Amino acid sequence: MSSHAATTDDPHAALEPLKKTSTGIENKKLAMWAFLASDCMFFGTLISTHLIYRKVYPTVVEPTEFFDIELTGFSSFILLMSSLLMALSVSAAHKGNIAGMRRFLLGTIFFGLIFLSGQVYEFNHFVKDAGLTLSSSVFGSTFYLLTGTHGVHVALGVLWLSCWTACSLPKDWAWYTLRGGRFLWLPFRVIFAPMVGRYKHENALDVEVAGLYWHFVDIVWIVIFTAVYLVEYLPILGF
Amino acid sequence: MSSTVETEHHAPAPAEPVRDGIWRRPLKNTGLVGFLTTVDHKKIGIGYALGALFFLLLGGIEALIIRAQLMYPEQELISARTYNQLFTMHGTTMIFLAVMPLSAAFFNYIMPLQIGARDVAFPRMNALGLWCFLLGGVILNLSWFFPGGAPAIGWFAYAPLTDRQYSPEMGTDFWIMGLQILGIASLVGAFNFITTIVNMRAPGLSMMRLPLFTWMTLITSFLIILAFPAITIALVELMFDRHFGTYFFNVEGGGKPILWQHLFWIFGHPEVYILILPAMGIISEILPVFSRKPLFGYPLIVFSGAVIGFLGFAVWSHHMFTTGLGVVATTAFAFLTMLIAIPTGVKIFNWIGTMWGGRIRFTTPMLFSVGFIWMFMMGGFTGIMHSSPPVDAQQQDTYFVVAHFHYVLIGGSIFALFAGMYYWFPKVSGRLMDDFVGKIVFYLMFIGFNLAFFPMHILGMTGMPRRTHTYKSEMGWDQSNFWSTVGAFILGIGILIFVIQMVYAFYKGGKAPKDPWDSRTLEWDTDSPPKEYNFAYTPVIHARDQVWEDKYGVEAKRMEKIAPGKHGIHMPDQSWWPLITSIGIFIACLGMVFHKQPVPLTAEAVFGLEIVIAGLVATFIGMAAWALEGPGGFHLHPDPAEYAGATPAPEDEHGHH
Repeated sequence: MSSHAATTDDPHAALEPLKKTSTGIENKKLAMWAFLASDCMFFGTLISTHLIYRKVYPTVVEPTEFFDIELTGFSSFILLMSSLLMALSVSAAHKGNIAGMRRFLLGTIFFGLIFLSGQVYEFNHFVKDAGLTLSSSVFGSTFYLLTGTHGVHVALGVLWLSCWTACSLPKDWAWYTLRGGRFLWLPFRVIFAPMVGRYKHENALDVEVAGLYWHFVDIVWIVIFTAVYLVEYLPILGF
Repeated sequence: MSSTVETEHHAPAPAEPVRDGIWRRPLKNTGLVGFLTTVDHKKIGIGYALGALFFLLLGGIEALIIRAQLMYPEQELISARTYNQLFTMHGTTMIFLAVMPLSAAFFNYIMPLQIGARDVAFPRMNALGLWCFLLGGVILNLSWFFPGGAPAIGWFAYAPLTDRQYSPEMGTDFWIMGLQILGIASLVGAFNFITTIVNMRAPGLSMMRLPLFTWMTLITSFLIILAFPAITIALVELMFDRHFGTYFFNVEGGGKPILWQHLFWIFGHPEVYILILPAMGIISEILPVFSRKPLFGYPLIVFSGAVIGFLGFAVWSHHMFTTGLGVVATTAFAFLTMLIAIPTGVKIFNWIGTMWGGRIRFTTPMLFSVGFIWMFMMGGFTGIMHSSPPVDAQQQDTYFVVAHFHYVLIGGSIFALFAGMYYWFPKVSGRLMDDFVGKIVFYLMFIGFNLAFFPMHILGMTGMPRRTHTYKSEMGWDQSNFWSTVGAFILGIGILIFVIQMVYAFYKGGKAPKDPWDSRTLEWDTDSPPKEYNFAYTPVIHARDQVWEDKYGVEAKRMEKIAPGKHGIHMPDQSWWPLITSIGIFIACLGMVFHKQPVPLTAEAVFGLEIVIAGLVATFIGMAAWALEGPGGFHLHPDPAEYAGATPAPEDEHGHH
């Protein structure tokens, strides 16, 4: 029956065969959960490194002097809201509403880019105004590697979701993407053009798996934002 | 969906697949192209095994040079620096390029057969693991050919020795990037195996019916995905220290070298269980077969394996007792370390219980397995001695520790892996290995190994330090070192005969039947060697030792077979992209090694991050094209004689791909 399903218009029927596993969980989803377990350990190692050195050198750097908590708080809020849009994309994908999924994916990407711009601005500000670099102090080393690794995760997520957005475009957009889309850098156009029109109903699973990754990266940010930014303000608040 | 009329969709695969990527998918499954583009878990397993055996010989030669240097006191066969490079490369090669990939070879080849699967969950990702493993080995060993030569930092690479200041040469960078790419190989393999074992078991094969080797594959895979991130991040931090001026381990800027030790051993201790648990799985397969009894205490062995894996994350600091952790931490880690002796002991008693009262056949695999139990116990006993901090303080950095871990790694892992190779060779190659020659190999290895490593206990007790390229005659260590070297060469001769025997048997060995050992698990129910599709039918499992029950059990426990549907068996298509992606990763890693480093011929630093970026772009293109290409697939139609007596497939059977 599965081969019929690939050609049907019913998104649920397209996804059903993927669930025919020993556990009823799709293979890709299970592998993603295993990857996220592993990724927890990656971030765990980075966060511990940062916190250990904060404890060893409590006074060498006073981060609250240059942290812009309003800006970082705002971009954190945007990142969390992107998770909402991501959830809506997955929901639309499962309902077979491809146009809706594309709109929500674009929204997610846009919010992800706002977060990344915030980070670029923040790094720029720390380097130029506060003199905090990779080699200015251990704090600089651990701060940039930790938040930078998270930024790379967000950037990869944006790239991943962009690929699915491109895939979900109607087929006749391929030519436009390659030739007409002047606002996109040529290498991007070359990469995205072959993806256009590839989306099928069974790919709702792939969007969902990308969504798992996206939510995970957001959750990690909650931990990083708390451990790296918020706790620095505890003494100021009198704790 | 109701049962509708068949459409063209179900017709056999066209000879030419649709052009679905940048180029047509490779179809030829023989020759070089067939190997480079393969997604067949069996070919990939053989690739892992051949690579691992090559590196086993390379690491063995390095060990023999080390032993030759130590044969007599105050020799200058090799310089102190070369000696340091040799023990670094020996350790790294044996752990990451010999024992781990040899285990991975069995995971790949045997595990899908044991669970009755057609392949692993992600066949192309499996190929990526193989190529990353081979290219990681290449990067590591390329270091010999560049100025400064191989790394001289030990396989543990303790900070601050690895700082640019103390190890300015590129050897250390080759080591860092080599380990990173090997980490990718292990991680993608582990995600794949977890998904395969959890999700792709044959009908009726519940978790508590899984063969023990498959269980240990699962636990090892979990250890890999949870332990490797620690060293990956530690290596990234070290790379940043060396290339971008950070202070993670650099004392000058306030870095703490002790952090490296913690991160390294948080990975490093689970790593030793990553090396031994597959070995325990192999032993648990072989002992019941040659004792003609079911495995004694199956649930206990499974549970002990899981407990060992779990506790493995809670004992890393016993590698650091002499660093001054404080009383509480030292006590806690000593206690947890001693605790691990319990599940390990449970396993050993269960293995003995398996043999007890059995009609034992001492074939070569059985000899290696029994040798494993004894030798691993010896290593285990010295391990319990180390778990006591005051005793450990005496033994730290002496040959006693060298004796300990070679007993668990050679007497343990290597003996079990050899047992596995003798046991499964007929299945993999379709040829038999001569039992008499096999026994000669076993006795040579057994005697050589004990002669080489037993004296090291005494050398260590009398204070001979590790990692020192020579010793004074007055220390009274001459005799032991001499015999140790003799033993090492006997061990080497044993392994050499094994390799010759295997090559000979591959071409000239007698034809192996399906089930030459009168075995118990599912892999022995298919051909030797298995066909591309593993099983012509879908096995329906009713018992733990299914193949044994089929031969000797009651009717109710016999295996049922479901014939393939009329569209045949779905197989994944071959692909170039795993190889191309791994080459992209390889280029990026090489670029990182050459970042701001003198390049041979010019002797000037000419590269910034250009090569790294080029490599990452190649990696991205490889992955994007990989995704666009899709898993593909075609259908095979096995000879109906192969599934004679099977139930016809239900109407909507061939559902999942």
